[in-house]
Amino acid sequence: MSTGYRIVKKEVYSPVTYMWEVEAPDVARAAQPGHFLMVRINEEGERIPLTVADFDRRRGTVSVVIQAVGKSTREMMALAEGDSILDFIGPLGEASHIQRRSKVILVGGGLGVAPVYPQLRAYKEAGSSTLSIIGFRTKDLVFWEAKFRAQSDELHIATDDGSYGHKGFVSQVLQELLEAHRDTEEVVAIGPLPMMKACCDVSRPFGVRTMVSLNSIMVDGTGMCGSCRVTVGGKLKFACVDGPDFDGHQVDFEELMRRQRRFQREEQESLQRYEEECRLLGRTRSGS
Amino acid sequence: MFDFSLYASRLTPYVAKKDRFMTTVKTIHTIPKGRTPMPEQEPEVRATNFEEVALGYTLPEALREADRCLECKKPRCIAGCPVGIDIPGFIRAIAQQDMRRAYEILRQDNPLPAVCGRVCPQESQCEVRCIVGIKAEPVCIGRLERFAADYAMAHFEPEKPRITPAGKRAAIIGSGPAGIACAADLARAGVDVTIFEALHMAGGVLKYGIPEFRLPKSIVDREIALLEQMGVTIELNTVIGKLFTIPQLMQEKGFDAVFVGTGAGFPKFQGIPGENLNGVFSANEFLTRVNLMRGFRHPEYDTPVGMGRQVAVIGAGNTAMDCVRCALRMGAEKVTLVYRRTQKESPARAEELHHAMQEGIQFQWLTNPVRILGNAEGWVSGMECIRMALGEADASGRRAPVEQPGTNFVIPVETVIYALGTRANPIIAKSTPGLKTNQWGYIEVDEQTGMTSLPGVFAGGDIVTGSATVILALGAGRRAATGMLRYLGLRPAETPAAAAAKA
Repeated sequence: MSTGYRIVKKEVYSPVTYMWEVEAPDVARAAQPGHFLMVRINEEGERIPLTVADFDRRRGTVSVVIQAVGKSTREMMALAEGDSILDFIGPLGEASHIQRRSKVILVGGGLGVAPVYPQLRAYKEAGSSTLSIIGFRTKDLVFWEAKFRAQSDELHIATDDGSYGHKGFVSQVLQELLEAHRDTEEVVAIGPLPMMKACCDVSRPFGVRTMVSLNSIMVDGTGMCGSCRVTVGGKLKFACVDGPDFDGHQVDFEELMRRQRRFQREEQESLQRYEEECRLLGRTRSGS
Repeated sequence: MFDFSLYASRLTPYVAKKDRFMTTVKTIHTIPKGRTPMPEQEPEVRATNFEEVALGYTLPEALREADRCLECKKPRCIAGCPVGIDIPGFIRAIAQQDMRRAYEILRQDNPLPAVCGRVCPQESQCEVRCIVGIKAEPVCIGRLERFAADYAMAHFEPEKPRITPAGKRAAIIGSGPAGIACAADLARAGVDVTIFEALHMAGGVLKYGIPEFRLPKSIVDREIALLEQMGVTIELNTVIGKLFTIPQLMQEKGFDAVFVGTGAGFPKFQGIPGENLNGVFSANEFLTRVNLMRGFRHPEYDTPVGMGRQVAVIGAGNTAMDCVRCALRMGAEKVTLVYRRTQKESPARAEELHHAMQEGIQFQWLTNPVRILGNAEGWVSGMECIRMALGEADASGRRAPVEQPGTNFVIPVETVIYALGTRANPIIAKSTPGLKTNQWGYIEVDEQTGMTSLPGVFAGGDIVTGSATVILALGAGRRAATGMLRYLGLRPAETPAAAAAKA
């Protein structure tokens, strides 16, 4: 039986955002841009889908960037470098279909900046001209600027409050870039659902193919439960085996946003219980 | 009139053996008439817990029931068993209180007797053919199987298999019933076996699907532990087709043969409006949340189930019964099952249907959903159904249900669960060039050997046949194991019982 997967490196990017580099040589060897993983930290834990943010075949590691939004992700944030997690299953989903494009725009919003990175690198390695847009709420939350700069012919940073780079949303920057670069062949947009929807709305009039990565609610991540189902081009698709990458212009975002709220009540209750527990145990709240 | 001459030939050898329990000749008239009832939790009690419903026979109960077997010379029950268990043989061993032998006889043909004794549809397999059943009620073969297996597990050290390494390696994909059966036979014959399981827990449908109250997970764990004692390695969290492909297993990992027993767990929906509303689940999602992820113990376990107060389940197979009964135990106020045919056509085990009825599930037979209704926030608020009637028999001999216009009505529900069967999971087929599948995505195999279109790659269970039963998957796993051994140039191992029979 497996003794778990070790977190060999942890970086904290903000009070709620952190990166794990996890030792999983087989997963690292098979991972491709666009893949995701199912992660469970302990026996009582949930299986959580996380998109691959990076992989290093030589080191035998796979990285994920996580946002502490609920009980499980807070608990995960409390883990330290050297700790082990119980399950780290993958790579899952279909890898992104990356081919040489004369020009491609890669857009990452918030946490979505991480999973865009392997695609950016792959496009660059394929010989494409790469324009990147990464967006955050505010300057303190910015991460991977240098990593992106190294692979991008042009890098644009946007913050909602204007504390760094462009003031405003990544979709506004995308609009400007699409107008300036009429030879753009493809857009990749990954981030919160409203951000991906906004990017698709921006690129639609330009007729530029726009790929999004859907991280919908899953139990197994291998096609069994159907929890992640999403309507794409009027057809029923499973994000876990048909995706997670889809043509964003075909995705029914309204439905997906509604489906993502299915466990909101339970999630809030779990978080409250967890916070109460932490208070009682006098532990420092994770993420603070 | 009952033809007693049927048994005449049986009597001589039986009496000649001077059975210590039998002073007179056993006939249909001398055996206890009624079946020995199974002790069970009371319906109103069990509907609130996840403990096993059927408690199992005590020794006196088992002996009484075993005494009902006529030990027919030409038993018909064996032919009804998909794996051909020597049924009169093991029952006779119980009657003789030789429980070790009873268990060995079972294990000879069935690697999971404790499981099958609980979940097999005996009433349509062995028991329907029982000769006692012609005049009286058939012998409770399944309950005796369970008794013998539970007794052995409680009292005996597991068999110490004498395994001679054969110098061959086999990979088994999936740790469900087909994979377990195949692994057991291969390991016995000395093959070095590794099972690759995609989930974090071994057992497949026995773990994620069948609920605790019907098959306690400790029973499955015991069976898996036995397999590991035989030298089988189990690699969890390994999705073949993603982490490694079948060609990689054979070319890079050094496996001489591969068995695909991945099951067919890809949920089906009906394609009616409203299926993506919040509150609509596949049976797989509902059951994995409850069973695999232990959602029935939320919040102790993190995974929520998200079930409403009023629940409807579509379908009437065993999975549907598992869903309605789980929903009840999860605290649903009202649980309704809708099925487009009648109770008679329900594919569920008689016992599950009976238990569900006792527990207070509402059944709407001859009813089909046409639309799921939602509220302004996108949550399920009801299910519109139409009444059906059974029409003319179709080519398969089944009477097709026909809609009765103007009979639409709404069932107010917050949760709808689809238990309409499953399709083939595409992961293996997509990642294995040259692997032939049929139009539904199921893997094509040679019926005799279980070999697929790829030399050395075998398959069996639901991924070949589509949704079926545990015992059929076991049978397919064993058939493939025989085919694999032949492919590897090896002979099947003799079980202790078979060796003893020869001696």
